[in-house]
Formats: sequence, C-alpha cells, structure tokens
Amino acid sequence: MTLELTHVQLRVGAGTHIYQTDLKLEEGRFNILLGTTLAGKTSLMRLMAGLEKPTAGRLYFNGRDVTGVPVQKRSVAFVYQQFINYPNFTVYDNIASPLRVQGKSRAQIDTAVKEVAEMLKLTPMLRRRPAELSGGQQQRIALARALVKRAELVLLDEPLANLDYKLREELREELPRLFANQGATVVYATSEPTEALLLGGYTAAMHEGRVVEYGETARLYRNPGSMLAASVFSDPPINFIAVRRETDSIVIDGHGFPAVGVFACLGCGDYIAGLRPHHLTLTPPSGDALELSGEVRVAEITGSESVIHARVHGVDWVSQNHGIHVVKPGDKVVLFMQAEKAMVFDPDGKRIS
Amino acid sequence: MSIRKWLVPGLYILFLMLPIYWLLNMSFKTTNEILGGFSLWPQEFTTENYVAIFTDPTWYNGYINSLIYVLINTVISVSVALPAAYAFSRYRFLGDKHLFFWLLTNRMAPPAVFALPFFQLYSAVGLFDTYWAVALAHCLFNIPLAVWILEGFMSGVPKELDETAYVDGYSFWHFFGRIFIPTITAGIGVAAFFCFMFSWVELLLAKTLTSVAAKPIAATMTRTASSSGYELGLLAAAGALTIIPGAIVIWFVRNYIAKGFALGRV
Repeated sequence: MTLELTHVQLRVGAGTHIYQTDLKLEEGRFNILLGTTLAGKTSLMRLMAGLEKPTAGRLYFNGRDVTGVPVQKRSVAFVYQQFINYPNFTVYDNIASPLRVQGKSRAQIDTAVKEVAEMLKLTPMLRRRPAELSGGQQQRIALARALVKRAELVLLDEPLANLDYKLREELREELPRLFANQGATVVYATSEPTEALLLGGYTAAMHEGRVVEYGETARLYRNPGSMLAASVFSDPPINFIAVRRETDSIVIDGHGFPAVGVFACLGCGDYIAGLRPHHLTLTPPSGDALELSGEVRVAEITGSESVIHARVHGVDWVSQNHGIHVVKPGDKVVLFMQAEKAMVFDPDGKRIS
Repeated sequence: MSIRKWLVPGLYILFLMLPIYWLLNMSFKTTNEILGGFSLWPQEFTTENYVAIFTDPTWYNGYINSLIYVLINTVISVSVALPAAYAFSRYRFLGDKHLFFWLLTNRMAPPAVFALPFFQLYSAVGLFDTYWAVALAHCLFNIPLAVWILEGFMSGVPKELDETAYVDGYSFWHFFGRIFIPTITAGIGVAAFFCFMFSWVELLLAKTLTSVAAKPIAATMTRTASSSGYELGLLAAAGALTIIPGAIVIWFVRNYIAKGFALGRV
C-alpha cells in the first residue's frame, strides 16, 4: 500500500512532537526511520498507524484519505520495542488473535498460525504463555502476530533494540524478507545508522520532530543533502570543520592547505566540510590527502577497528582506522584527510558538493 | 541458637493468637463453666453453642444478612471502580489528580459522621432495614478504596497492550473484557478482598441502617442478652464463626496480596 502524509503535524499541549511533514512511502518498500531518541520516530509511526490523530495535515492509504479512520479499521500491524503480548493467552492464541477478530474460520486460522510459527521458530512453544518464554521468543510472538495479519502497512518500532546481539543479527536478516514476501509496506524505526545500512531499502533521517531527508538508504548515506542528514546518518559521528577557500589554498582554523580534492573547484568563501571518520586515517590513502598533525585524546579499539579522537589546531576530529593501531592519549599523530571524499556544505548546512 | 532466634517471633505469635484461642476455648465450654472459674481448655467439651447458632434463625440469619450485603457491596464496588480506575490510569484530564485524591479523602471521615444522614435518607426513601441500605452505604468507603487499588494494578500494565489490541482490531469493550480484565485479575482479587473485609467488619452503619430484616451478625451479637444473663458460650461460638469468612477470603487472595504490596497500593 502506498502511504502518503501531507503537511502532517502533531502538537501535544504546548510542545510540538512532529513538525509539518510530507512523506510518500511507495507500496512494498522497506522504509527506515532513522534518528536518535526523541527524534520523533515513534510519534510519526503512531500517526501512520492511526493511534494518534494529527493536529493538522492528512494521511492517505492508496490515495484514500484515512486521517480520522480508527486504527481498528486500517490494515496495519505494529510491533513495539517492549515485548507486548497478551499475557492471558497462549502463544497460539496470541498469534491467532488478529485473525479471530477478523472472523476467519478455524481451519484458516490454524493453517496461518502454524505457518507463521514455523517461520519464526515458535512451533514448540505454541501451547505456552508469553511470560514463560525468553525476551527473544516474546518478541518473535509479537512479530508473528504482525505477520499473520497480512497487514498492508507494517510498523516496527525498534523491534530488535531489547534483544541480545546474536538474536538481533539473526532477525535483522530475516525481517525484510518475511514482510517483503507479503508485499507489505514496512516502516522500521531504528536509532542505529549501521542497522539502517544493513537493512537497506529507503531511509528517512529524522531530527527533532522533522524528516530531514528521505531517500534510498545507501544513497542517503553516501550522498546526504544536508549537514543534519549527514550527522543523523553517521556512526561514529561525522567530522564537521569550518573551511575558508582562498584563491589558491584552503584555510582550516588559520592553517593553510593546498586546495585539492573537492576543495579544488570551490569558489572563494566560507564553507563547512563534512568528513566521515573512515576518510580520516593514520595511514596515507592513495589519492590526494591533507596532512593534519595533532594530539590523541581518546583511543578506542573495537576488535578490528581503531577509533581515535584527536585534537588538531583546536578542533576535535574523529578518525576510524582498519586494524589495530595502539596509540595513547597525549601521543602526537599525523592524520590523513582524503580530500576528494569530503562533503562540502554552505554555512547554512546545505550540501554544495 | 535456633531457640533464641525463634523466641521473639514465637512470643509475638503467641500474643496475637491468645485472644483467638481464648475465643475458641470459650466457644466449646458451657456458660456455667466460663463463669465458674479459670480453665485453659474446656473441661466439659460441648458443641451445643454451635448447634444452637445453626438451628436458631435469629442467629444464622445474622450471618446470611451480613454475607448478602457484603457480597452486594463487593460486586458494586469492584464493578464501579473498574472503569473509574481505568480512566485514572489511562487518561489525563482536567483535575484528574485532585479528583483521585478527593476520592481517598472519603475514607478519612469516621463512619459515625455519615450514620445520621444515611439513616434519615434511607428511611425517607424506604430503603431502611434492607440489604441495599448497608451495601450502598458501604460503597462510600469501598469504591474509593477499590479505585485506588485497581489504578495501581492497571498502571502496571503498559498502555501499549491496549494499543496492540486496537491494532489487532479489538474494540474497546472487547479488549477490556477479553484481555484487560484477565490481565489484572490479581488486582481485582485484592480489591474485592479489601471491600469484603471492610464491609464485613464495619458495624456502626450496618447496625444503624437495619433493625430486623437485614440485621447483621455483629449487631446480633451485641444485642444478645437472654433472661439468664449473657450467654457467653453462645457469643464466643458466634465470634469464632465470624472470623471464618475473612479467613477463607484471605486464603484465596494470599498470593495476590503480596503483588499488591509490591505495587505499594495495599
């Protein structure tokens, strides 16, 4: 189903949870809402589901205005971050419940429940109650209930956030496939940029109640249209540096550098450069690079990667390196900035190149 | 060591159980023996007192009357409190916190304050000396209590459960009866228990609002003086029987009460 939001707004009391938003989610797409906590992901999903009525604006399902339609009458499914199941029902009855309300026949329900239970590896516990099961199993019940309903719009609000690492990986792989097979339009909220990249599809970057940018996930990551979108979609945090272009050089914090890479074709003036941490490395890259010498402040090693926070000319930088580089706080290091990989924004945060 | 460890609680339990033991002790004695002298256990063991109570309608009707109005009250209190508690736990509305507190203040006045207005009012509308008179009067205390207890239990259920049900297609009432009520049975048990107990032990209103037809057992007990003076054995047996319904109810809700304590609402 195609879901369209036009000028949708949500105000609660004096505060605004969602600022005017226009968004069109095409049928069958896997969509991701990416943003930190309080970015408005949950509020936006509640609006899409019809659990919350927008203060202004309209929602369309396949072109049909559904703004005031109660959630019971919409073809939606919702899975929460917390594991929400009916505690007094068995796993079987939990999964069967949306079909029972629809008045499906016993045989139909039975086939559908068993099929979904098999997909989510719940078959051995169909007779038990949710409280007797582990967190991962409980969340699989909730997912099964969403799946069995064959809703046209499936809303998943950080469904894997409370699961342990291994289960999360496993389910993350399966989820898009499960719902894609049904042709459902899926909206998946997450606060982790890496998760968004792994899931693929389309991503809406959210920040403080606004959809900053919407587009294909990989495109949005490589080519964000604004500083906000770039910073939302970045982990570890992206480096932003004030750069001044002069006739034959660029100036960063009072120090001159040759105008190479993306900086070569800029007109004179003030800019902000955005540089992803993995484009700032301890080892020289093959292309043009600016050399920055600074002092290490924090060094973290995450197994196969070393993240180094360094201070260069009074600016803090984050550098992400393959392999293990043992440096201590206070060490002097030289960082190589891949000049052609930098993104350039105007001082208002709009992307230039 | 273990004796010393149990000494203090043992003494305390003894202290608590003493009056109950003495009541039972007396109930199996004849009135003559009770008045005759001091004995730690019945010398002439008799069940006559109990037989008398179960055969004399003025006695056993007292129990029936009490049980009827207590049950009516419990049913009314819990069923009225359920939607009220749901509203307090799920919605924010103007003055909700004040209203919630005001409900509780109804429990702060001594029942004696309300005895006269209830008596006059019920006499005027013809409710005097009926089960309904006592059952309704007790609602004044029990509904706020039940709302308070149930609100605690309901707030322990995430709001997302309600929403999940709506998303699945349940209507509000379908969800409320089919999913929500079963989810908070513990709370309903605890609320019903407290309503039962308060109504069962309350004497003043029950006594004021009844005369013959709906006379509660406690009133029967306080008025029993026959030509041969007070029948102590009979009174003791009646007292022992009065404890039983409470004990039965406590047995049923003992596990739930612990949960209520954990929620800080009991």
